[in-house]
Amino acid sequence: MDKKGLFKSVERKTADKLAPEERIKNHQEFYLYQDYKAIQKQASRCMDCGVSFCNYACPLGNSLPELNELVVEDNWEKALEILLETNNFPEFTGRLCPALCEGSCSLNIDHGSVTTKEIELAIIERGFEKKYLKPIKPKYRIGKSVAVIGSGPSGLAVAQELNKKGVNVTVYEKDYEPGGLLRLGIPDYKIEKNIIDRRINLLKKEGIGFICNTEIGVDIEIHKLIESFDAICLANGFTVPREIKAEGNELKGIHFALDYLKQQNLFNAGKALKNDPINAKDKNVLIIGGGDTGADCLGIAIRQGAKSIHQIEILSKPPKERSSKTPWPYWPYMLRKNTAHEEGGERSWDSLTQSFKGEDHIKSVTCSKVKWETVDGQMNMTVEEDSNYEINADLVIIAAGFIDTKNYDMYETLGLEFSKRNSILTKNYMTNVDGIFAAGDLKNGPSLICKAISDGREASKSIYNYLK
Amino acid sequence: MRKQFIEHGAYKPEYESDNCGVGFIVDKNGRKSHKMIDDGLSMLNNMAHRGAVGYDDQTGDGAGLKFQIPHDFFKIELGEALPSEGDYAVGMIFLPLTPDIRFECMATIERVINESKLEFLQWRNVPINTTAAGSYARSTLPEIHQLFIKRNKVPKNDFEKELFLLRKKIDNAILKIDSEYIENFYICSLSSYSIIYKGLLLAKQMKAFFLDLQSTAFKTAYIVVHQRYSTNTSPSWKLAHPFKYIAHNGEINTIKGNIQKFESKKENLVSKVFGDELIGINNIIEKNVSDSANLDNIVELFTIGGRSILHSLAMLIPQPWENAEHLDENVIDFYKYHSNLIEPWDGPATIIFSDNQYIGTKLDRNGLRPARYYVTKNKVILASEAGVVEVNDDQVLSRGKIKPGEFLAVDLENGSLLLHDAILQTFVTPDYTQLIKDNELKMKISDEKIEEDQTINQKQVSFGYTREELKRVIAVMANEGKEPILSMGTDTPLAVLSEEPKLLFDYFKQLFAQVTNPAIDPIREKNVMSLRTTIGNFKGLLDGKVKDQESKFLAFEHPIVNNQELKSIKALMDSDFRSITIPMVFDSDLMGSGLEKGLELICQRVEKAIENDFNIIILSDKMIDKFRSPIPSLLALAAVNTHLLNKKIKTKVDLVLETGEARDPMHIALLFGYGATIVNPYLALNTIDSLVKDSLYIKELTAKDAKTNYIKALEKGLLKILSKMGISTLNSYIGAQLFEIIGLDQAIVKAYFSGTSHTITGINLDIIAKEVYIRHENAFFKDEKIKKGSELHYKKDGIKHLFTPEVIGKLQNSCRTNNYHEYKEYSDMINDSKKSLITLRGLLCFNSDRKPIPIESVEPIENILKKFVTGAMSFGSLSKEAHENLALAMNSIGASSNSGEGGEDKDRYYTNKKSKIKQIAAGRFGVSIEYLNDAEEIQIKVSQGAKPGEGGHLPGKKVVGKVAEIRHAIENLPLISPPPHHDIYSIEDLEQLIYDLKASNPKARISVKLVSRAGIGTIAAGVVKGHADMILVSGHDGGTGAAPMTSIKNAGVPWEIGLSETHQTLLMNNLRKKVSLQVDGQMRTGRDVLIATLLGAEEYGFATAPLVVSGCIMMRKCHTNKCPVGVATQDPELRKYFKGKPEHVVNYFTFIAKEIREYLANLGYMSLDELVGRSDLLKRKDSINHWKTKNIDLSQILFKPKLPKSFGSKHVEAKALDNVATLDDQLIDLLKTDQLKEQIKVTNTNRSIGTKLSSYIIKNKIKFDEQQVFNFKGTAGQSFGAFLTSSIVFKMFGDANDYVAKGLSGGQIIIKHPNNEKETDILVGNTTLYGAIKGKLFINGQAGERFAVRNSGAISVVEGVGNHGCEYMTNGIVVVLGDVGDNFAAGMTGGIAYVLNKNPLTESKINKDTVSVKGLNSVDESILKELLEEHVALTDSLKAKSILEEWNYYSNLFVKVSSDGYDAIAEDQGLENLVDLQGVKKIG
Repeated sequence: MDKKGLFKSVERKTADKLAPEERIKNHQEFYLYQDYKAIQKQASRCMDCGVSFCNYACPLGNSLPELNELVVEDNWEKALEILLETNNFPEFTGRLCPALCEGSCSLNIDHGSVTTKEIELAIIERGFEKKYLKPIKPKYRIGKSVAVIGSGPSGLAVAQELNKKGVNVTVYEKDYEPGGLLRLGIPDYKIEKNIIDRRINLLKKEGIGFICNTEIGVDIEIHKLIESFDAICLANGFTVPREIKAEGNELKGIHFALDYLKQQNLFNAGKALKNDPINAKDKNVLIIGGGDTGADCLGIAIRQGAKSIHQIEILSKPPKERSSKTPWPYWPYMLRKNTAHEEGGERSWDSLTQSFKGEDHIKSVTCSKVKWETVDGQMNMTVEEDSNYEINADLVIIAAGFIDTKNYDMYETLGLEFSKRNSILTKNYMTNVDGIFAAGDLKNGPSLICKAISDGREASKSIYNYLK
Repeated sequence: MRKQFIEHGAYKPEYESDNCGVGFIVDKNGRKSHKMIDDGLSMLNNMAHRGAVGYDDQTGDGAGLKFQIPHDFFKIELGEALPSEGDYAVGMIFLPLTPDIRFECMATIERVINESKLEFLQWRNVPINTTAAGSYARSTLPEIHQLFIKRNKVPKNDFEKELFLLRKKIDNAILKIDSEYIENFYICSLSSYSIIYKGLLLAKQMKAFFLDLQSTAFKTAYIVVHQRYSTNTSPSWKLAHPFKYIAHNGEINTIKGNIQKFESKKENLVSKVFGDELIGINNIIEKNVSDSANLDNIVELFTIGGRSILHSLAMLIPQPWENAEHLDENVIDFYKYHSNLIEPWDGPATIIFSDNQYIGTKLDRNGLRPARYYVTKNKVILASEAGVVEVNDDQVLSRGKIKPGEFLAVDLENGSLLLHDAILQTFVTPDYTQLIKDNELKMKISDEKIEEDQTINQKQVSFGYTREELKRVIAVMANEGKEPILSMGTDTPLAVLSEEPKLLFDYFKQLFAQVTNPAIDPIREKNVMSLRTTIGNFKGLLDGKVKDQESKFLAFEHPIVNNQELKSIKALMDSDFRSITIPMVFDSDLMGSGLEKGLELICQRVEKAIENDFNIIILSDKMIDKFRSPIPSLLALAAVNTHLLNKKIKTKVDLVLETGEARDPMHIALLFGYGATIVNPYLALNTIDSLVKDSLYIKELTAKDAKTNYIKALEKGLLKILSKMGISTLNSYIGAQLFEIIGLDQAIVKAYFSGTSHTITGINLDIIAKEVYIRHENAFFKDEKIKKGSELHYKKDGIKHLFTPEVIGKLQNSCRTNNYHEYKEYSDMINDSKKSLITLRGLLCFNSDRKPIPIESVEPIENILKKFVTGAMSFGSLSKEAHENLALAMNSIGASSNSGEGGEDKDRYYTNKKSKIKQIAAGRFGVSIEYLNDAEEIQIKVSQGAKPGEGGHLPGKKVVGKVAEIRHAIENLPLISPPPHHDIYSIEDLEQLIYDLKASNPKARISVKLVSRAGIGTIAAGVVKGHADMILVSGHDGGTGAAPMTSIKNAGVPWEIGLSETHQTLLMNNLRKKVSLQVDGQMRTGRDVLIATLLGAEEYGFATAPLVVSGCIMMRKCHTNKCPVGVATQDPELRKYFKGKPEHVVNYFTFIAKEIREYLANLGYMSLDELVGRSDLLKRKDSINHWKTKNIDLSQILFKPKLPKSFGSKHVEAKALDNVATLDDQLIDLLKTDQLKEQIKVTNTNRSIGTKLSSYIIKNKIKFDEQQVFNFKGTAGQSFGAFLTSSIVFKMFGDANDYVAKGLSGGQIIIKHPNNEKETDILVGNTTLYGAIKGKLFINGQAGERFAVRNSGAISVVEGVGNHGCEYMTNGIVVVLGDVGDNFAAGMTGGIAYVLNKNPLTESKINKDTVSVKGLNSVDESILKELLEEHVALTDSLKAKSILEEWNYYSNLFVKVSSDGYDAIAEDQGLENLVDLQGVKKIG
């Protein structure tokens, strides 16, 4: 019996979720994942295309048709082996990745893409469950050492890849536990932190050293590291948020998204907070920024018990279906619903923040409507006349993206070069300083988790060649 | 002039081959007459159409005559000086025209004679009339002299031997003369009993040219005639036939291996006849002549060496005995014995042979050439066609044809006619059986124990295995027992262009049969195939069996052995066999020098081993480790083989390969092709063990079964590769080097692969070593895992493909939104060879001699669009929507689409949905007179880029709805397409098919599709001589709906090579102006078109790209019917998803045309036409070299010869051969005038009778109220009644040649014996009713091979058929009242054969793979009876009469042969509904 290419008889089905009213009661993950048999059925839809569009779209280059087939064949262990060849942390991407692969899936033209993301997650989770997952220890050490600064997905990928090849790796993390944005930026309901702990424990067993609560350039001078290590990889992210330069932005009750998200995660982890908690309970909340970070804030605010939530976005509302400007096989530009949007809140587009109002504490925000036009290929914005309107808000979260890296002192000491967009310039992952490399958002600007891991993997190759 | 082409161009003289018409007449009583000469000449004349004419329309490819020495004539000429008959010999000699060289030659000859035991008598200047010859013939004319030699004291019996030795010595001495003119020196014949007159002449010129022939004193008792049709582009005087002992119609495919093996045996020639006289004679096999001449050399050696000529030929061209159960044991052992002395010289052949005792004919094992004979009261007349000499019917005793592998001979000494069995009796004795009994050993194999290979992973990496290969290749073979099937073409880089390390195997491409000989169907015609090999050889090649010299041999029915069998071979260590294993390893740190040393070391060790009496050498790469890298197995093997040949010790050993590197059929074929006897692919087998153990990719099979399947798949693949070249036996394939090389350095080819074709140079030993080193380092130093692999499916960061997701996305979107800017992004991606060097054209750039011009002055887009066609893709492989989409698009821009094979829906005829190009392929599905008449171009698909030389198998589940209807097939019954066109086994056959097609639609132009390979230029020249209007050169990378992997990847070469060779070769022969050239194969952009133009193309085919524009996303799933975008599927649900629009395709072609205009403006030219063949405007790009491409030399491709202007370099002449089938013009007149259509006298030169008539009726939409009956008398030429339309009835009183009722489209044909009593006489030739759709055929006599092959619905009664009757038949009824021949009903999936089962052997001759044999039911009986009654009424058949008279008795003797699937459907729907019994009922 042919068990492949069954897209005609098997319909696409993704995991169910706990009902919004149920899931907002806590900060736990809420997907009701399908059992392995159902996952196999989904995998059987894959056509094993002659040109793997999914594989092409995946920044990691996951060999999805191969994985799908092995899952259908019930060979999960081999599937895991192949998955781990390209993806260090499928349990992260399986939860957090936007799944570019599915956007480019050939079946996405007419039949609904294969649920590759869930299949990937099933492979890794089954791997943990069946204890297929073992620490990957190098056969021998090559007598070289590397310091990785930052323990987000990119830094972790660099660390694991180098460690596999016998390099001694020490990861420095400024916060209390490794994980970076994974641990402190992304809400627990998207990824529970024991998932990260599980991985960190494995990495430790593989022989990777972690030094936390240590900010390089603050707690330890970078030159110390330069003296002690054969190479250094900077992977400490791109975390300086964009401000809203408008009147009244100094008022109390206006916070940046990352601060908001981080304190909730710390709270969930039972950690003491340095400042007063930012709590949306019974408040009118305005989230400025319609992206994923904004949506994460929305989810948290709902869980905290906000009275009302409004999320505004300066750009126009995307079309419901794939835009003709991004035809298949490109990543479709279209309206996406974050799970948080199922849970509540109101969204507006074409909304420009004009000013923040209030005395001492924020009371309301004045916005106006804007219009977008394409002129000579450039998007031009004009503010509509007399379109001002007020939104009552006693808590404002700014989720308008990230514009810069931190640690200027350290970078200056090193004499690093930057791009116009404030990311660090590299040549084949090495900065202009010999032996100092950079990877992840720090080098690319803010991007997706799959790209961060992919970048870490690529950086590790360059570092390894440097060490040789 | 030719020299510049050979030295700098792509043309090579070894590509030439020939086919022809042959015949002989002999007076049984040995009475000499001058009339015999005239009869021979008229025979030759009547076969003129089987020969070819060159560019000047007067120079033939060669014609010749052999006859007895006309003693009376010479007596008159020489007078008293002439000794008595038998005491002198005459030599017929071509001498150089230049006097001083000629005199030197003559003096040399006289000197050599004086040094011999013979005596020089005198020279005679042969009188000729040069004005009778054509201009090219005159310009190459030699001086023709006769040499008279006296026997002297040499005993009569030794005379011919002495003459033979003398001739060899003369040749040797002449070779020493230092002059280029001695090329023209040639001894046509030198014999005491026969003489040969031949030359570059047409049949009709012979007598006027050779004045001797006009003398009535010139008499002979027999005459052998030969009319040559050579693909040979510059035919020469000396290569005309006959040769000394044979005249040959056919081709020896295995010639390279045959010569090589003979050369290696030569040193050991011990002979009672010759003693040591052969020592020092190094030209037993002549160099620089044709395959036929070489065969003549060896027949001569054996015959003079003491065997009869009959025995010699039986050894060289054995009948198929390996699977023939009904052969006598002694006969089988005779062949078995001789197979150990010499391998078959394999290929299609009618051999006419003669010496002083016998004259006769032998056919190749598969009967691929025709040979018809009449035995009259006084004579035996045999020729390629019947009716070539006029004989009164009452003189004829019998009419026959030679069966495959069989003989016919006349014993001149006692005037007796010998048939095959009687001939065998002259040399087969029980001694052979005893010898075989004493010497044949079988290996004892114990059960296999699986031993785990600890280093399997490292070995896999070191040999470059990939996960893709494990899954898609090895596991598929292990699971299914056959090679993986893929679809679409290949779009990855050639090995030499790839930046990845490749296996040495990847630099080789398979050769395949194309036009000059047919591919074989190894599945349906397995009875002629054999993989038998032996270890150990007999001695005594010349003397025959010498008991005390014999030695043991081991026979292997399966030459690919498993690990256990190899162990047994390794353990051989006794007095007969001693094996030794020699590692194929080298120190890869030392790169090329290490490799060279490694190879030297192996050769030394092999030589040493032979000195120490080892006779089995096992070359092994099993012992690799960190410090020892594997030498590519092919390289090691070729080095050893070459070394042994050079040292003349090849025959002392057999070479066995134990290799981890070889794992697919291509690899295996290469190893055999370069000299291995046995191959053990141990790593692939171990890999299967490990896959089974991990239950990865292989499920539900034991390791043992999986490996058995895998080996079976390799063998099937190997058979396919052999048969693609028209070779039947592995024995003759071994060492035959039937490959071509792309991208190896000249030095490597010379040192290890000399004799293999080779166009572009490339990598050297250093690079080969580096390729090994990279993999080896990954395996043993970097501990890398097996790579994922992406040779077959595109993967990110893997092997480069032309079609990437980005390319597909941009192409589709630009055409859907009519966005030229985005198209340019797409075309930049394709054209940017810096990023992805995939094709040879990627290495080229423009180098114009002019300044750019404004774009406005360039020819308009509309002009350019007309030159575009879409590729042949059948409706069946494409959905209706996709197929019609292309037609609509192309028709709307004045371009053409191609129907592909498989017919076209009638509803599309004469509408804008029609395909202007109608293709006809080997399956002939849907090829009716109506189909042909709707065409503007008819294209003969000789080969297809993705799978040249292969047939197809459309599974029943795809034969549904319209697909079934337009193929005239029955729903749900599978359809099998044969590998060759069964009416094209040779170039003169192609000419005949073109003739048929021109008759079938005089307005259409006829094109021939060839696939690029070494020698394509030569074939193309032959095709032009066959009057094709256009030749399509297809690249190796063309697409397919389904083909085996190794064919897609490894057969054929890029069009850049084939196109330039074709263009250059045609130019060289001044034939280029006679034909238009089209090219296709992964054409993508305007740049591709420009490069094709500069290399010689005028028209351009696109297939994959317009499909992608129509929605194809390169799923490569066409063969699964699951195409999710509705392009390549017949599933009605999925077809709904087809989103292509004609406008998209129009946009695409408009973009290309626009881009071409930009290029033209930049180059400074106004039109494409100006650039055809301007290869001087191209140069090799220097900027894109990587580690492997540095030494690629494209100068052969870019070669532009210096020629006079009169040699047109593009097509300028009008459509070729407009005036065909002139007899039909009379028939049309008769039709108009309503005269009596009675007793029209015809001869074999009246070809394709009725075809043009049918076209006339169809074109003018003439409807008849009653049947129009035409009566003929005599012998009809080929293709009698081809494509005959309804309402026409042909009655032939006499006989007919090949291809009767081909494509019968409703007409009815009766062939009635002039004398009813001879039911065993042959009345029609081979390949009757090929692809017939509807109609009836009654014959009251026998038919030749392949009766009713691929019959789609015709009804026929015949009194006996040759081999392969009803092959591939899909519908219709055939009644056989006599012998069925071997392999009856092979691949027959539909229709019924009723066979009179009187002969006890009948059932065993039926191939029951697809059919079963059963009794008749009442419906069958009534149909049969009715048909027999009709047969009697129309032909007066005595046999049918007697059957009907005793119907109760006979009706029980009939059996019904049909497939079970057909029976079920017939029962369901009623046989009357399946076969059009009513529509063509009674003939009035």
